[in-house]
Amino acid sequence: MSTLIAVLFDGLSYGMLLFLLSVGLSVTLGLMNFTNLAHGAFAMLGGYVTYALVELAGWPFLATLPFAFIVTAIIAAGFEVVLFRRIYKSGELNQVLLTIGVVFASYAVAAFFFGTVHHSVELPGYLKGFVEIGALKLPSYRIFLVVVALLITTVLVGVLEYTRFGAMVRAAVDNGKVASGLGLNISVIFALTFALGSGLAGLGGALAINILFIDPNFGFHVLVPVLIVVSIGGLGSIWGSFVAAAALGIFDVVGKFLFPEVGAFLIYLFMVVILFFRPNGLFARR
Amino acid sequence: MEPKSWIRARARISPYEIVFWIAAAVIPFVFFEHYLSLAASVAVAALFCISLDLILGYAGIISLGHAAFFGIGAYTAGILSARGWGEPISGLALAAAVSALAGYIVSFMIVRVQHLALLMITLGLSFLMTELAITFDQFTGGSDGLQGIDTWKLLGIWKFSLWGHTAYAYAISVLFILFLLARRIVHSPFGLTLEAIRENPVRTTALGAPNRGHLQKIFVISAAFAGVAGALLAQVSETVSPEALGFQRSAEIAVMLILGGTGRLYGAILGAIIFMVARDQISGFYLQYWYFWIGLILIFVVLFMPRGILGGLERLARIGRRS
Repeated sequence: MSTLIAVLFDGLSYGMLLFLLSVGLSVTLGLMNFTNLAHGAFAMLGGYVTYALVELAGWPFLATLPFAFIVTAIIAAGFEVVLFRRIYKSGELNQVLLTIGVVFASYAVAAFFFGTVHHSVELPGYLKGFVEIGALKLPSYRIFLVVVALLITTVLVGVLEYTRFGAMVRAAVDNGKVASGLGLNISVIFALTFALGSGLAGLGGALAINILFIDPNFGFHVLVPVLIVVSIGGLGSIWGSFVAAAALGIFDVVGKFLFPEVGAFLIYLFMVVILFFRPNGLFARR
Repeated sequence: MEPKSWIRARARISPYEIVFWIAAAVIPFVFFEHYLSLAASVAVAALFCISLDLILGYAGIISLGHAAFFGIGAYTAGILSARGWGEPISGLALAAAVSALAGYIVSFMIVRVQHLALLMITLGLSFLMTELAITFDQFTGGSDGLQGIDTWKLLGIWKFSLWGHTAYAYAISVLFILFLLARRIVHSPFGLTLEAIRENPVRTTALGAPNRGHLQKIFVISAAFAGVAGALLAQVSETVSPEALGFQRSAEIAVMLILGGTGRLYGAILGAIIFMVARDQISGFYLQYWYFWIGLILIFVVLFMPRGILGGLERLARIGRRS
């Protein structure tokens, strides 16, 4: 029984990690409708910010997390202004190609600065051990991930649904012309929203380095799982991504536990079938 | 102009084309004898690129997983050969048939979805195929790749040697024949209809064109082309691994096509030549620099040369003629 719960929790926390990595994409791809394959590259950037601050500058792990968010958000805003803004209207193919170009280049830049080896960071003591609940022994870092994921979901849904900024974002996305006619500065809102989504990617990347490790291929590796989460969860739905990520994580870990040969195969099969019947995902906003 | 003669005028063979194909047949043998196996893999890439161009450039179907069909063709020819039938041309034919069948099944899904779902379904199918190839290792050799492929003499006469004379002659001949076929298709009324569907599917429906049927047809044809390209690679290199099906190959072929220019068959060929030769020359030193330049080139092409190198050249030529 306790093994089952431990495996389930393992899956859930892995799902929460996927969620943290993909929640930003559900903003940029889901809300803004921009096919942003560079998401993984921004996650990698956040990961390297945390790695550099902890291992090279000696900061405590938790203190680096806001910086992973902010640095990534600022750099992503720069990319948005210089590159991405020009191709919002020019179709998926151009968006796919340009953003995958960014991922290719990010591989080279990361390899140049940090080498091609795996990196990880030293965690503070209170995140390292296990928490014992009765017979259960759960790793504290994974509990931390679940808590952070829940926190971010609540804050993000709150911001997007109940604040003035959130209303402006939704207006700009739903009908840019009318929104700008009402006096909203669309390009600033889009840049901020993109920065928010990519900053979340950076935070996700920073939180991921202790479980997935970080190397220049990170941008490619996380791309497919985060795309699966967002496309299945439903475009523009934060809760949809949350549910899809949790399900995917549990399914992946439990699948590998029960049927080690076919686990990954089933995930792709489910994705294809779900998207065939629900092209906008399970909990689409539109 | 009368429609029939207009279509014929569009399809007229230009002297440049004849020069190009003679050069492609002769130059590698005469000047680059040491690079014949590279030349053969360029021809394979060009064929695969044409296959992607048929759906992406002409019909506007974006696929991130076209390597699935390439890999199916490669494994079909490879397994056939490893099980004792190494005759190359019948291997190609069987690979084309199997890939076309797979393409036919997939085409029912492809024509019903768009946008992100289309991208993710094509991507998912290629990952699915990769997983299958790894799992059924008694047929495919698993992640180590298929061993024991032995390609018989071409037409019973020419042996496939290490130098690649036969390999290049074989690959360029197959490329040429299928190129002529593709050229015939894109200049036919069917091909023109595909371009019309790409530009405005609502209007073609109103004009009575069966959009879905047409798109399915071109998807099956394209899958067969990709399968032949994969089979060629398997026969020439005598090895197949699961990466023949993978995302990396799909991405690379898309880069080649975009670089050369979509919606023009020579764009596909030119992109394959530039990409493969550049990779051979650059990635020998440092893999990461190669990735850096691919990234920059992609960004540059999307922003400034949306019709690729060939499209850019055509525009320059038109400007030159006007002034």
